[in-house]
Amino acid sequence: MRAYTPKDNVQAKPYYTDRFYKSPQVAKFAPQSDEVFNADLEAIKAKFDVLDAFIQVEQLVVYINAKDNYGVLELLKDELEYTQLSEMSAIDWLADRGGFEVFYQMLSMNKRKRIRIKLFIEDGQAVNSVEKLFRSADWSEREMFDMFGIEANGHPFMKRILMPYDWQGNPLLKTYPLQGDEFAALYEVDKIYGKEAREEIGPEIRDTARVDRYDSDRFSRLGHEVPKGTEITGNEPANEQSYQEDGGVFLIKKFDKESSVIIDDPQR
Amino acid sequence: MAQHKVNYTQNGGLPIALTSVDKIVNWGRSNSLWALTYGLACCGIEMMASGASRYDFDRFGTIFRASPRQADVMIVAGTLTKKHAEFIKRLYDQMTEPRWVISMGSCANTGGMFNTYATVQGVDRIIPVDLYLPGCAPRPETLQYGVMLLQKKIRANHASKAQKAKRLM
Repeated sequence: MRAYTPKDNVQAKPYYTDRFYKSPQVAKFAPQSDEVFNADLEAIKAKFDVLDAFIQVEQLVVYINAKDNYGVLELLKDELEYTQLSEMSAIDWLADRGGFEVFYQMLSMNKRKRIRIKLFIEDGQAVNSVEKLFRSADWSEREMFDMFGIEANGHPFMKRILMPYDWQGNPLLKTYPLQGDEFAALYEVDKIYGKEAREEIGPEIRDTARVDRYDSDRFSRLGHEVPKGTEITGNEPANEQSYQEDGGVFLIKKFDKESSVIIDDPQR
Repeated sequence: MAQHKVNYTQNGGLPIALTSVDKIVNWGRSNSLWALTYGLACCGIEMMASGASRYDFDRFGTIFRASPRQADVMIVAGTLTKKHAEFIKRLYDQMTEPRWVISMGSCANTGGMFNTYATVQGVDRIIPVDLYLPGCAPRPETLQYGVMLLQKKIRANHASKAQKAKRLM
């Protein structure tokens, strides 16, 4: 198994960087290049502060202030015909910028256009819930709370949605180890058997490719099976496994491995 | 007296068959292994296929029951998440003894490809397992073979002796 390396600051320190490498960026266009988007952006600008706006992959991206998110989405829904919130979540920029970027992906079926509203919040800051506007935000905001720990003010049921209610940690943070921290590793043992059972049940075996032919508790060597718990010293004699008892069953002929013939001539 | 078809030349002329308690009890137990419907993931599809007409688990007396109180064997078919771990333990505790567990597929055996924070790395961390079936997912033939091995295991035990309850710890 690959050795575990701590990933506390993976954003700040990439695994490998070429000095002359310039990461490719998807081309950005001015919002003025699209009539519909330009009109929408002007409508937003008339009422709210817009920090940045551009068109990328035929979608308008608008950066707004965190406090304006409900107002902007209300404007988009009621006046600009963006009637669907197809997706929302957050992006972890903690190591880089000390906060999260929350995005709302909007779809207008009438205009056949998509707008992405983005806002930046500090670590620990909450956003306003848009659940009153879009029912789809109900579970999305719960998932955002579950995965990143970002609370949505005014949400009717701000609880975890995927992980158990008594879970600790937010799994989609970049600092969260993929195989879980100590709490995650022993969660089910602690919950079912109690902390005192930790030693008896032991740590998780994370290497699923591990095979130990001397461990008769967990493994049995094919063709050399021994009863569970037997101490294996060396070469155990071959033993023919059969799933029928001696004598067999009425009407069923017992398959006898010893009297069978292996045909190894393909031209027979 | 009812008309029995008795061969009076055998068994001393009596309409009886002699056997041992072990054999008759184990014969009953092993040939009516009622399984708990417990499809957790894609292995559940193979388990359902085993129960359906093409593979026909009913031939072995294995009928899927929707209640743990009516089930003898729990076929853990699929990925066990940590959120669900307490419920598998509760269902296992609700089954009447003697009870058996078949861990079906890589995910139930070891966590399989889900080497992550949210998956239990093998159901044997929660409940004692009698039989591990390899595969991702095991074919219905594998599950049938597994049930036949379990039948053999049951028949090899002493039924008359009070069975020691299986405990993980």
